[in-house]
Amino acid sequence: MNPAAAIAVTGLRKSFGPKVVLDDLDLTVPEGTVFALLGPNGAGKTTTIDILSTLTPADGGEVRIAGHDLHREPDAVRASIALTGQFSAVDDLLTGAENLRLMADLLHIGRREGQNRAADLLERFDLVDAADRVPSTYSGGMRRRLDLAMGLMGDPRVVFLDEPTTGLDPRSRRAMWDIVRGLVADGVTILLTTQYLEEADQLADRIGVLDAGRLVAEGTADELKRMVPGGHVRLEFAGQQPLDRAALVLGVPAADEGVLALEVPGDGSVATLKSLLARLDDAGVDVAGLTVHTPDLDDVFLALTGRPTPAEVTA
Amino acid sequence: MTTLALTVNDSATMLRRNLKRAVRYPGLTVIVAAMPIVFLLLFVFVFGGTLGAGLGAPSGGRAEYVAYVVPGILVLAITGGAQGTAIAIAMDMTEGIIARFRTMSIARASVLTGHVVGAVIQTMVGLALVVAVALLVGFRPDANPVEWLAAIGVLAMTSFALSWLSVAMGLSTQTVEAASNLPMPLMLLPFFGSGFVPVESMPAGLRWFAENQPFTPIIETVRGLLTGTAIGSSGLLATAWCAGIALAGYLWARRNYERRPAR
Repeated sequence: MNPAAAIAVTGLRKSFGPKVVLDDLDLTVPEGTVFALLGPNGAGKTTTIDILSTLTPADGGEVRIAGHDLHREPDAVRASIALTGQFSAVDDLLTGAENLRLMADLLHIGRREGQNRAADLLERFDLVDAADRVPSTYSGGMRRRLDLAMGLMGDPRVVFLDEPTTGLDPRSRRAMWDIVRGLVADGVTILLTTQYLEEADQLADRIGVLDAGRLVAEGTADELKRMVPGGHVRLEFAGQQPLDRAALVLGVPAADEGVLALEVPGDGSVATLKSLLARLDDAGVDVAGLTVHTPDLDDVFLALTGRPTPAEVTA
Repeated sequence: MTTLALTVNDSATMLRRNLKRAVRYPGLTVIVAAMPIVFLLLFVFVFGGTLGAGLGAPSGGRAEYVAYVVPGILVLAITGGAQGTAIAIAMDMTEGIIARFRTMSIARASVLTGHVVGAVIQTMVGLALVVAVALLVGFRPDANPVEWLAAIGVLAMTSFALSWLSVAMGLSTQTVEAASNLPMPLMLLPFFGSGFVPVESMPAGLRWFAENQPFTPIIETVRGLLTGTAIGSSGLLATAWCAGIALAGYLWARRNYERRPAR
């Protein structure tokens, strides 16, 4: 197993009765990166997070988090992680500041240090004015931020975010994204689950598409986009003559009448582009412009899972 | 930190949390304290005249019955507190924060210990209110300070045992409503014991049950300490029952807590 991996999962299995939820899941997240688990409801995203955060025991498989074996050293794992779920984990009868104080007490960090960290997080998460109010008076975004702030009191190395922006308005979602980027800048490793393709695209270094308990694809957003048909390279030319020559060399018909451009099907990878340009170069054709069109993650999702994206995504 | 120091530390933190919650959400505490006070007034002023005459003491009547019934009311109040505890922990379990506690490196039992110790403190505050009302309506205990302390100790021990049991009950249910119903039989037990009338007045089968169920020795011990009636072996029996109930409740609660689904 890769020693630099903050999260290393091999052969993870979990069933609830006869229902197989996780089927031999493998997952590696290098330190200081963001990995997004993308999948529809029931794909096993939350179960994965529950197992990795020690909430639910796995049926089988090896998991190491921040260098600790999940099964043999659960407390060492717990000391290195934080979990912010889609269900708010704040105490509704305590104020924001008291919730953070509770965390400081449970983490056994001193009174002074606890106050410093709390003040810092309240400031960073724009909760200073809300510190002395109970969370029932908060907006959805504020609750989520307090929730995350509570998790960060322990200065975790690995943060699990289970659908961190589900149900948030666009502004709160962007605020959450900024917070996540800030954490990554501090070297924190993040595993997040999401149904929002845009979110995975925006935040994640690598994306795993989870379907029925298996990773059906894994890669960067661009790599995933190249895995599905629909991608093409658009070549533009200065005149009709180079266009005709290129069409002949590449064997593709010219696009619309009167447009000096060709659309060549392809995945848009560097290798494809190189060979494409080499063939044109050999034929002495000048290319005026080139754009790569890749399908978006919605296409990927549909192609890989055989289902359209969940309603929330397209809505 | 040693494991024990860690457990004590985390339990104290959880206790602070629970006491703060009890103060912010006082409805439950008020209901728990109000119920036995209503029963006290009901039994003293409505039934007390007749029941007191039946006790067969020379003075007879209502004053006699106040002295008899207060220990039973105190134990009834403890069972009411147990019901409140079951509701409180079931409510707590519906909140995501318990899942957060489980993902933290804290003493596993501290969530439950915090609830139990908080419940004992809340119940003892409730009992103080009940005693205050009892004194107002004519309860005149002859206990000396040592006997008072011993009586408080027996009541706290009973509350501790029933709190573990009710925490286990609260954890074994999926809804707050079910958690509120499960401890109900406990509240009936003082009536099927020596809480409200002497067991000698009951028919044979019921009397056997009343003499051998845990609440009777507890009530007899408190009654003896506060009003000077004979205690006999009741003190020892009460202690044994409480230890047994506390242990069983603790083990059951731990098992339920560990096995409960994550969220």
